Amino acid sequence: MAFNGHQRDDDIIDEDETPTKQPRSSKEMPGLCRNEPNNEAAAPAGRATTDRRTSNSTARHRKDSLKKSRPPFPWFGMDIGGTLVKLVYFEPKDITAEEEQEEVENLKSIRRYLTSNTAYGKTGIRDVHLELQDLTLCGRTGNLHFIRFPTHDLPAFLQMGRNKHFSSLHTTLCATGGGAYKFESDFRTMADLELHKLDELDCLIRGVLYIDSVVSSGPSECYYFENPTDPDRCVQRPYTLENPYPLLLVNIGSGVSILAVYSENNYKRVTGTSLGGGTFLGLCCLLTGCSTFEEALEMASQGESTRVDKLVRDIYGGDYERFGLPGWAVASSFGNMMSKEKRESVSKEDLARATLVTITNNIGSITRMCALNENIERVVFVGNFLRVNTLSMKLLAYAMDYWSKGQLKALFLQHEGYFGAVGALLELLHPS
Amino acid sequence: MDKSITLPPDEIFRNLENAKRFAIDIGGSLTKLAYYSTVQHKVAKVRSFDHTAKEAASDKLYEISVQEEVTARLHFIKFENAYIETCLDFIKDHLVNTETKVIKATGGGAHKFKELIEKKLGLKVDKEDEMTCLIKGCNFVLRNIPHEAFVYAKHADSEFRFQTTHPDIFPYLLVNIGSGVSIVKVESEDKFERIGGSSIGGGTFWGLGALLTKTKRFDELLQLASKGQHTSVDMLVKDIYGGSYGSLGLTGDLIASSFGKSATAEKEFSKEDMAKSLLHMISNDIGQLACLYAKLHNLSRVYFGGFFIRGHPVTMHTITYSINFFTKGEVQALFLRHEGYLGAIGAFLKGAEEDNPNQYSWGENYAGSSGLMSVSPDMNPMQRARSGTFDMLEMDRLERQLVNLPLLQDPSSYIPDTVDLTEDALAREYWLYCFEEALDGVVKRAVASQPDMPEAAERAEKFRQKYRHKLQTLRHQPFAYGSLTVRSLLDTREHCLNEFNFPDPYSKIKQRENDVALRYYQKAVKSLEKLSWEERQFALVRGVLAVELKHFYLVSIHNCLFCLFFPSERPWLVDCYDQWFERIKGPPHKCALFFVDNSGVDIILGVMPFVRELLSRGTEVVLASNSGPALNDVTNGELQILTEKIAAMDSVIQAGLKEDRLTLVQSGSSSPCLDLSRLDKVLATVVRERKTDLVIIEGMGRAIHTNYYAMLSCESLKMAVIKNSWLADRLGGKLFSVVFKYEVPAGRPSLDSTALTPS
Repeated sequence: MAFNGHQRDDDIIDEDETPTKQPRSSKEMPGLCRNEPNNEAAAPAGRATTDRRTSNSTARHRKDSLKKSRPPFPWFGMDIGGTLVKLVYFEPKDITAEEEQEEVENLKSIRRYLTSNTAYGKTGIRDVHLELQDLTLCGRTGNLHFIRFPTHDLPAFLQMGRNKHFSSLHTTLCATGGGAYKFESDFRTMADLELHKLDELDCLIRGVLYIDSVVSSGPSECYYFENPTDPDRCVQRPYTLENPYPLLLVNIGSGVSILAVYSENNYKRVTGTSLGGGTFLGLCCLLTGCSTFEEALEMASQGESTRVDKLVRDIYGGDYERFGLPGWAVASSFGNMMSKEKRESVSKEDLARATLVTITNNIGSITRMCALNENIERVVFVGNFLRVNTLSMKLLAYAMDYWSKGQLKALFLQHEGYFGAVGALLELLHPS
Repeated sequence: MDKSITLPPDEIFRNLENAKRFAIDIGGSLTKLAYYSTVQHKVAKVRSFDHTAKEAASDKLYEISVQEEVTARLHFIKFENAYIETCLDFIKDHLVNTETKVIKATGGGAHKFKELIEKKLGLKVDKEDEMTCLIKGCNFVLRNIPHEAFVYAKHADSEFRFQTTHPDIFPYLLVNIGSGVSIVKVESEDKFERIGGSSIGGGTFWGLGALLTKTKRFDELLQLASKGQHTSVDMLVKDIYGGSYGSLGLTGDLIASSFGKSATAEKEFSKEDMAKSLLHMISNDIGQLACLYAKLHNLSRVYFGGFFIRGHPVTMHTITYSINFFTKGEVQALFLRHEGYLGAIGAFLKGAEEDNPNQYSWGENYAGSSGLMSVSPDMNPMQRARSGTFDMLEMDRLERQLVNLPLLQDPSSYIPDTVDLTEDALAREYWLYCFEEALDGVVKRAVASQPDMPEAAERAEKFRQKYRHKLQTLRHQPFAYGSLTVRSLLDTREHCLNEFNFPDPYSKIKQRENDVALRYYQKAVKSLEKLSWEERQFALVRGVLAVELKHFYLVSIHNCLFCLFFPSERPWLVDCYDQWFERIKGPPHKCALFFVDNSGVDIILGVMPFVRELLSRGTEVVLASNSGPALNDVTNGELQILTEKIAAMDSVIQAGLKEDRLTLVQSGSSSPCLDLSRLDKVLATVVRERKTDLVIIEGMGRAIHTNYYAMLSCESLKMAVIKNSWLADRLGGKLFSVVFKYEVPAGRPSLDSTALTPS
């Protein structure tokens, strides 16, 4: 990937380009950094330049310690997964003229590049609608940007880092996800960068809790589907995640991890499954010849899975009452494909839809069993498999509600796949 | 496919003449047919001569007659759906005079063939719920077939590890992997519940596999999968991490995302690789769900079945791997030898409820059953060619209900057999060779036992072929009938002899030997009486052992009778005589259960004097002998007569019988070996009622090949001479080494202390 996206001079995002996706404002994170006016500038190398008067000594003290602990710009958090690299970037908006002057060219160029584009190279995307504005982090106010690109384009990203002399900024790059380990030496050799590697599940949980706590306006971060079993009345509703514990956190990336979270620092990975987003896309590519997630989803939205799957009613003519199985339930995923005639009569769209339904229902079913075993009633689904994938979210909401007879609630978060990266950024600012 | 095969009537659909109560289970590709029949076969009976008639001009001790006996047999036949019409025609042609009006049917294909069945057989099809049949069948095989369940270990010496039959089979989880997956919790005979399931099952493997590889047949897909490499299609942990994900303990080779590498339009993937990846994906998923359900319901016995599993080592391996991974080895995946028959068995049982089949004990007839994997082409191409695609199971109704010996210390861990030949390749080779070598002799003896029957030679030849074929099968598939043991080899031989109407080849020999030995009984007792108490105790033990040995060499009984020559000086290979001697100085036992062995000198001059001594000491004696003949072992019928004869000469025995302190019971078995978990219910009752506190087991078959390691909850005595140099060597001794094993269960107060405790 070459980061040769259409560049603009200004660092203001063209909102007309994404009219439905408004940048979102945010509030201060309680207990983290206090928003302070007239913040001092950060020196390029991260050293504080001036001391300032404050009306109150505790505030000063806090500010001093803030300065000391505050890392130099730029602030990134990175999550290198099996399929996608997720990058969050904090763009300070409170830069003073003095700061601006002192800011080294490299830093400025990176900032401009990232904030003035919404697409980078052929595959890099900035999710403008997820942007969090007026966020205060470590005493600095700015916007948090969410960027993603495929993991296989990581070399291009490293090349760009090299071209932009990223390493001269002496920043610490906090990274999580398996790629932080796999590509550590590539970062060193190709871009002269040292990674600060972080555990992905630690980051995930930290990120989820943080984002949920800072988003105050705009669409609620957490939401659920009301009336999930009635397609006509099924609507998205905001959900307040106060008192979140205990919580089952299901992260659907290429594969799936299921965590039981009891507090920020107390969680366990209950289990995982290899049937995840990667499986959906991998099978769709093989079955339909498509090559992107968006294509696969588009096909799935037009297909009919009941032509591919064998339903309970296909076997029993109706419900299997003896065991309370409704006729519409899938008895055998892809079961109709055992027959040659039926194989010849299905469309690619049908196959894509069946793949989506199969993978989604399976995740739902494993999740439900974990929830029962762990005795947890709230389930939060995250991960990029759910991005623009309302079909799967509604299926999950339906499955949780139907099979648990209303006991389980499926919850979703707007920032789906970015929590690991956010957690990595927080680790940069506040090492735990 | 060739649908017009010729069916060999004496091998498939046997005993149709007397068949009734049909049941059929038609699956996606295989049909399973079940019926009940009665089998007439010859049994040897003994009867005392009528003394008043004084026809004892004959020098015979008792009368031997061969009678026809009718026993119940269950037949189960499995064949491909393609042959269904041929088979129905065959059945119609051979079915005579049946009272049957309905045929119980189950399985997905039952409705499809309903009309055909009704037309061809003139029976009304009566549909039964699939799951109910499955569970009924499962309960039946778990209860009645020893070594029904096994663990599959691909890389072990023996891929199949058979489980001992638990006295209590409930609760368990049955994971049935058909086109979808059903997970059923079974709590009792009539109580089961489908607690969950999954749509990702065999149909997903087949359907998705057919789409991905353009391969139509399920078997071919599995073959593709067994040749593929999933790592080119799956995204592994190391593909994401570069290595393992250490903090979670996830190794690099684990699959992080199934088909994760195929998310590209640019690369081509091989059919084999995709099939393998699919197989892993589905097996892992099913295994994971099964574990989650097992955990939620706190169940540790999980059986897998359904067409996805049936006879396929590939899927048994991947499921086993998955269960092992997800439960960290806490739960083992169990499979069933007769899994394919469960539905048919269950449907049959539904139809046969008035016959109360669950009230009886049943035994697998080795002679008429095909054994595990008989039709798996890559396992045994030779056999497939021979018997077509037909697979059979026959179960004989046993006359007696069989139960555990109440004196087993832990019935659930009791394993009768000393050496498992499935796992011990060297031992297996040796014994298979032994049995093959001995075959000529057995055939000769069988012919000689029926001198007045001209066609005996022909039958004996058929027996030879059948048994040799069994031995050959076992050489290639030692796991065919569960764990291969010396006992199972012996039992299979007996079943085959019975099959060809040689119910008791030894009957005449036993009669002659009994007769001779009886003549010396009084002399033997008298000479023992002359000895001091100490001397006599040793002589009695030596007597049991010596005549046991003598019998082996017995050419002329007269030569060796009184020399009481003893081959092995003490200390014996296993020598607990001193402890035993100390024990019998103490208070007498309340009641001794004595499992006897051979006829002739063994029972009459070895066992009876020993019994006499026990009775004299005030110990009650229960003599347990075989219900039916096996080799030259004394049967219960023969022992009744012998005991009467001895009682006539010996007042101690006479009094014992009269006062009911000496009881004869049958063991329920017709084997030269002894399975203490399958004994006659009456025996168990007697043992319990009489508060038996001593068990004596005598002879190689019962005390060495089996029960050598059996742990009892009371005192026990195991006596044998090792008459096989290979086995002697195995046990660290020489040929004719003596085993005299006296055991007192751990935790029992030692006898000295009981003696010291004032009562």
